[in-house]
Amino acid sequence: MLSTYRYPKYDYLPPPELTSKSQRRYPLVVVGAGPVGLCAAIDLALQGLPVLLLDEDDTVSVGSRGVCYAKRTLEILDRLGVGDAVVSKGVSWNIGRTFYRNEEVYHFNLLPQPDHKRPGMINLQQYYLEEYLIARARQFTHLDIRFKNRVVFIDPRPDGVLLHVETPDGAYSLEADWVIAADGAKSSIRKMMNLDVEGKVFLDRFLIADVVMKADFPAERWFWFDPPFHPGQSVLLHRQADNVWRIDFQLGWQADPEEEKKPEKVIPRIRAMLGDEREFELEWVSVYTFQCRRMSKFRHGRVLFVGDAAHQVSPFGARGANSGIQDTDNLCWKLKLVIDGKAPDRLLDSYSDERIFAADENIMNSTRSTDFITPKSRTSLTFRNAVLTLARHHPFARALVNSGRLSVPAFLVASTLNTPDQESFAGEMIPGAPMDDAPLKVDGKPAWLLDQVGNRFVVLHYAADPQQIDATMRHEIQQLALDAIPIEVLLVTPAASGTAHGLRVLEDYSGRYAERYDARPGTTYLIRPDQHVAARWRAFDAASIRAATMRATANLS
Amino acid sequence: MSLILSPNFHEPGRHFFRAYGPGDEFYEALIEMHRDLSDEQSALVNARLILLLANHIGDLSVLRDALRIAREGVF
Repeated sequence: MLSTYRYPKYDYLPPPELTSKSQRRYPLVVVGAGPVGLCAAIDLALQGLPVLLLDEDDTVSVGSRGVCYAKRTLEILDRLGVGDAVVSKGVSWNIGRTFYRNEEVYHFNLLPQPDHKRPGMINLQQYYLEEYLIARARQFTHLDIRFKNRVVFIDPRPDGVLLHVETPDGAYSLEADWVIAADGAKSSIRKMMNLDVEGKVFLDRFLIADVVMKADFPAERWFWFDPPFHPGQSVLLHRQADNVWRIDFQLGWQADPEEEKKPEKVIPRIRAMLGDEREFELEWVSVYTFQCRRMSKFRHGRVLFVGDAAHQVSPFGARGANSGIQDTDNLCWKLKLVIDGKAPDRLLDSYSDERIFAADENIMNSTRSTDFITPKSRTSLTFRNAVLTLARHHPFARALVNSGRLSVPAFLVASTLNTPDQESFAGEMIPGAPMDDAPLKVDGKPAWLLDQVGNRFVVLHYAADPQQIDATMRHEIQQLALDAIPIEVLLVTPAASGTAHGLRVLEDYSGRYAERYDARPGTTYLIRPDQHVAARWRAFDAASIRAATMRATANLS
Repeated sequence: MSLILSPNFHEPGRHFFRAYGPGDEFYEALIEMHRDLSDEQSALVNARLILLLANHIGDLSVLRDALRIAREGVF
């Protein structure tokens, strides 16, 4: 069936342990080379840490699977060095149409937020994302990817983790200081450690098909409630790269997955949906069920769970891969500080706390979407249909139509790593907020704010005229860069002013930074390595910046 | 005051980072209220809810607008 994509086959090489027979110890082992495990491995390699990445397979994901990659994910992928590849191959869409029975109820235009580098989302088959991430991972000589290496035993000890690994040439064991479990919803690490994952199972089945369409079809997202060609259920149509369209049919719990997957069953469904004339070919088909659940803690000693291994959501809103990649964004800089002895290991508990906060938000939103799309009672169905019939004419009801709330990052407002505001600010860039982007000029050239921060602690100090930064402050800025946890100060200024005594200057020529960050002369933000706001003040004070950095790294108890 | 037909869910003292937040929260609470009720019980609860909200609104001209729109297109 498959024709638009050639699956790469990655070489398996016998690991050195099989010949030397000696057991080695590695600082970091990532288990699972899906999108989440790959992002973790690349992020850690970028931090300069040697990484061993184990995967039981030797190719990328089969079928489109994850489809929508949201803005925050694209920003993280930019930081990891694959943003451009993903965005240029991906398909952007803005128009979404919602149908109820045989008529269009309304459509929306998701215009991208002005003056942000990345759009709200792009559509791309998961195999492309994985292929680009593997190519990126292979650029690091200190990142060892071992395909066809399956972890079959784990012994988590207080001082390290023992793993047994099976390969086509036999088994070996290794020790790790830290293990990142990115081995998916059915995580064998989680099972071998007898850890629970609790939540709700939804009694429903969905058929997903990748279809190559020969005729023109608009790049829009179409969502049908109760359409004539599939009565009583929902259907979603999405465009992906290479003229491959992704179609999701709700089947109901009674459906027989094996029967439904047969082409003679699938093709008439698609034909009924598209109309008879349109030519298409079936590339891939699968049936899925889903759960909304999470582990009670994502950190278990030296084993850290990320992505689907730690939490699962319904697919509505694309909160699976997107939230998993955000897990790694949150975790990797913390792990680097702990490994370097610059932060206590309780900083890793904040990974669990912050990402559980985010997971609960994702589970809540995807559960609400699921309950709207597949009502569980007659009354719930009546309300759903009432919303859809009102939505045609009344904006308030359109806002209630919930066919998936697209993945957006959580505002980590409850995090203990935040330093609470002492002064008043307008806008949303509160401590714990994922940063808003803004267009800037650096050395006279166009640039983006998010590309200037990340991977380290940064202070953004807004100054009307950087030339006026006095010698005392310049000295303090130099000292901050020499701290055990270095803090780089960047000046943001409304107008070009060249260099300012060797300090880096970001020119907020459009005024978007000042607007989004409620910046006035003196306004100072402390930014975490994962591009979240840690603290902010109305004036520059090195002692406050140091204290907030200590708090953001769990160095204050 | 006329009947509000633009999105209007909110809660004093609370900030919602996403526009759909308050509406989705209401909708979830509405569906949750009906949990474990029979269809007949749900119909009764819905009627009680309408009466409570109608009294809260009070203004008969607003209520007449709502009654008319609710009935539109339902034959």
